[in-house]
Amino acid sequence: MRFLPLQNDDRSLMMSDIGIKDVEELFLDIPSDIRSKAISSIDLPEGLSELKVANTLKSLSKQNISCDDYNSYLGAGANQHYIPALVNYIISRGEFLTSYTPYQPEVAQGTLQVLFEYQSQVAKIMGLDVANASLYDGASALAESIAMALRINKKKKVILSGNIHPYYLETTTTFIKHLGAEIEIVPFNPYEEEDLISKIDGNTCCVAVANPDFLGRVSSFNGLSEKCKENKALLIVTGSEPLALGLIKSPAEIGADIACYEGSGLCGKLNFGGPSLGLFATKKEYMRQMPGRVVGKTCDKNGKEGYVLTLSTREQHIRRDKATSNICSNAGLMATAFSIHMAMLGGVGFKNLAKLNHSKAVALYNGIKDAKNVKVLNKTFFNEFAIKLNGIKADELIEKMMEKKIFAGVTLNKFYKEHEDILLISVTECNKSKDIAKFITALLEV
Amino acid sequence: MKKYTETHEWIDLENGHIGISSYAIAQLGDVVFVDLPEVGKEINKGDEIAVVESVKAASEIYAPVSGIIVEVNETLKSAPAKLNPTNWESAWFVKIEIKDKSEADGLKNHEEYEAMVG
Amino acid sequence: MLIDEKNLNKTAVDFPDIPDFDSLLGDARKEKDLELFGLSEPEAMRHYTKLSNKNYSVDGNFYPLGSCTMKYNPRVSEELVNLNGFANIHPLQPESTAQGALKLLDLTASYLKELTGMDACTLTPSAGAHGELCAIFTIRKYLESMGDAREIVLIPKSAHGTNPASCTLAGYKSEEINTDETGRIDLEGLKLRLQKNPEKIAAIMITNPNTCGVFEKDIVEIAKLIHYIGGLVYMDGANFNAFVGKMRPADIGVDAMHINVHKTFGTPHGGGGPGAGPVVFVKRLEPFMPNPRVVFDGEKYSLKDEENAFGRLRTFNSQFSVIVKTFAYLISCGLDGLRQVSEDAVLNANYLRVKLKDTLHLAYDENCMHEVLFDDSNLKEIGITTLDIAKALIDYGFHPMTVYFPLIVHGAMLIEPTETESKETLDRFVDAIKEIIFKAKNGKTDEIMNTPITTPVQRLDETKAAREPILNCFCK
Repeated sequence: MRFLPLQNDDRSLMMSDIGIKDVEELFLDIPSDIRSKAISSIDLPEGLSELKVANTLKSLSKQNISCDDYNSYLGAGANQHYIPALVNYIISRGEFLTSYTPYQPEVAQGTLQVLFEYQSQVAKIMGLDVANASLYDGASALAESIAMALRINKKKKVILSGNIHPYYLETTTTFIKHLGAEIEIVPFNPYEEEDLISKIDGNTCCVAVANPDFLGRVSSFNGLSEKCKENKALLIVTGSEPLALGLIKSPAEIGADIACYEGSGLCGKLNFGGPSLGLFATKKEYMRQMPGRVVGKTCDKNGKEGYVLTLSTREQHIRRDKATSNICSNAGLMATAFSIHMAMLGGVGFKNLAKLNHSKAVALYNGIKDAKNVKVLNKTFFNEFAIKLNGIKADELIEKMMEKKIFAGVTLNKFYKEHEDILLISVTECNKSKDIAKFITALLEV
Repeated sequence: MKKYTETHEWIDLENGHIGISSYAIAQLGDVVFVDLPEVGKEINKGDEIAVVESVKAASEIYAPVSGIIVEVNETLKSAPAKLNPTNWESAWFVKIEIKDKSEADGLKNHEEYEAMVG
Repeated sequence: MLIDEKNLNKTAVDFPDIPDFDSLLGDARKEKDLELFGLSEPEAMRHYTKLSNKNYSVDGNFYPLGSCTMKYNPRVSEELVNLNGFANIHPLQPESTAQGALKLLDLTASYLKELTGMDACTLTPSAGAHGELCAIFTIRKYLESMGDAREIVLIPKSAHGTNPASCTLAGYKSEEINTDETGRIDLEGLKLRLQKNPEKIAAIMITNPNTCGVFEKDIVEIAKLIHYIGGLVYMDGANFNAFVGKMRPADIGVDAMHINVHKTFGTPHGGGGPGAGPVVFVKRLEPFMPNPRVVFDGEKYSLKDEENAFGRLRTFNSQFSVIVKTFAYLISCGLDGLRQVSEDAVLNANYLRVKLKDTLHLAYDENCMHEVLFDDSNLKEIGITTLDIAKALIDYGFHPMTVYFPLIVHGAMLIEPTETESKETLDRFVDAIKEIIFKAKNGKTDEIMNTPITTPVQRLDETKAAREPILNCFCK
């Protein structure tokens, strides 16, 4: 077998050193009937050559239609972006790809410095003081943020905006169900503005909002952070498109205490939704309540600068049942990819990429805003908005558009059964202007 | 007079100061952070009242007797680096108003504690 | 260097001029531009290549990190995840256009069920600890459906810290149970414990082989005892590499087990992640496992939500690319290969055990499974510590073993060679450890305590890092 260096003569020599005749002697602690059962019962094919493996997976991959095969306007939590080739090249280097969590800092300065730079970039993008070295994804990062808020002010009432991605809401309620919180989710209403401020009172632990929200709307949430402060409630800002923060106010500018976003859109390809990356940042005063791994700067004994994992007493391997989170593996390689992409963009490129996204979305909006058969629901947006269809269900429209090799968007009834005629459309730099023009024509013809 | 618990806290029954023994600090290693409770908090004997952390360990400090926290030693928060195992023995974490001194009856005196940790 | 004021206007990405347009950002528009350090493309390449050279990795170094299963990661997988039909598919595109991806998920689940003898499998957890949490949530939902969630989960002292941390999140109180002089669960102690308040015990979490590298011989009886009191048996699958194809967890009474595919099934660790933590279940737990599930109706595959599920763990279906790599690994090895993998992993660990047992002190002097545990009881007289051995190994080009874990053994050194190392590598590792001990015994303790010296930085001041945390370049 190609992954195994030992040959039979090696095995014989080693067994004789150990003092056994058969490797089975090393498995004697497993009851023999259990071992025989495994031998007789497991039914799986023999191994395959690399060529056959490649062919098997190629044939499976060809049973999918990709967002490169079709013109895609799919978003709703996962936006397609172009990532410079250098990013994937670097994260494919074995030194990053095949190393472990940097427990031994002297032989992991590469990973540690990248994560320190990543923490710097994430803190800056969110406008907050400190970031951790990543969480699993946007949804679990929101869940961890709420759990952190519950630890900080020990109050119970958690208010979640109904305009947060429904999968984030579901993940969050699942995760914090047993932490003693009283969760109030504002009912989702795509037509009217939500009133969060009046729901906040002295018992409120925290309020979470999305920016851009699930329908792509952007906001400055006037008055929200003031009301939170008055009531000593924490404000959490989340979202799935951090690129918007190149043009819209950062979580800190809105008054956030904690920010958590999905970052995988800026790391690599869509990959059917995973691996993902949870961006997480907060204020310095809450640093010791953060979940997840954190890298800090220090010196070696000669005074040379270096990096280590730090604040470990928050974590499960030390604090066990009292840890701030159970997380161990995180999204290290995705964080590395994110950091490289951010370093390649710089502030200038980040803004330009955001602007390009917004301009393309505005172009699509302008093309359909006066149409009779569709109505744009958004007053504001970054690179995604919702349209209400007239005389056709979103599912039917999606089917029709597929005949033209277009993925028209995501139907809202995938999340909210009652909304069958609303379609979420995302536009990014990957959508060519001439394709957008064709899509406009196709939409107007429906 | 100082009385000791089996979990290495001490309480000075005269002024209500609570701290931990130098033995416990030596076990922990260099202290990097101390987490203190809020003043005014009511505590029962055995409640967790503070946490003291080194790089690779964290140790909870439990109330030797019941009472109300009347003062916390803020200087510990900012300067754990200035303390080493010998002067930790005299460093108090919190001051409490003791509810019932008889709760301390079962605690060890200095000699008994020293004998326990050997 | 990236972090430098003069890099504030640099970029490695060119954009077309964007004609003026009326933006629709409303009052959310940012007033002040975001400042991020940037690099040109060649500078970016140089910066990250240089950083990569400061890492040890499985590709370049023996990496016997106990409990982490740092085995070779097949490169064909990296190519395959980048196939257009995998890389560029959207998690919410019509299911009719993602049949290949859904089929791959279903096939992977089938392999995992077959290897474990279990009835159901979810692929959604993002990592091992997430898988544990998933299993405990599922168990809780199942018990709730029976009208009694119970309160306590029993966990041996030797367990990974993620076990008790996951219990807390699921609203359970974790209670430690003792281990005997061989590192195994103290069966008599457990029996006594179960007499106290059996009706409150929801489950036991067992790592098997345990974190000391030995198999829990009494597992079948332990499972029977737990089932008898109405509890469930969860097995932490972190050490699956010791018995793939040699034992099915279902046959020893396990009700749920997570699998770290980034350990056992050769997907890379990426400097900390991403991993994936599929969980397998017995039939009675299946209705309660998380959403979404991959379903096949005989004609087509789809993703479905079930009403009885405990909920959702992540935004989209799974760490898909990681599962693609898992599948590629599984079919590469096949059943014969997987069995050989476990046999070689156990053989390599036992080889290190006998070769090192007169140099280091074995925590438990008996056969081990896929990893071997030493303690520091003979080091004190030599004048060095576990940490010194770890750091000295670095100068020989080896990544250190896991140190100071499990916590129940003083100065623990947990060595997991994996099956992808040759006898020659193991021999060189043994020689290195012998040389370190020889040097220390012959008056060179100062030299050992000064290691490593071949690395970009020497031993770092972790106390300083934790006392005054500097977590990014803007911290004062």
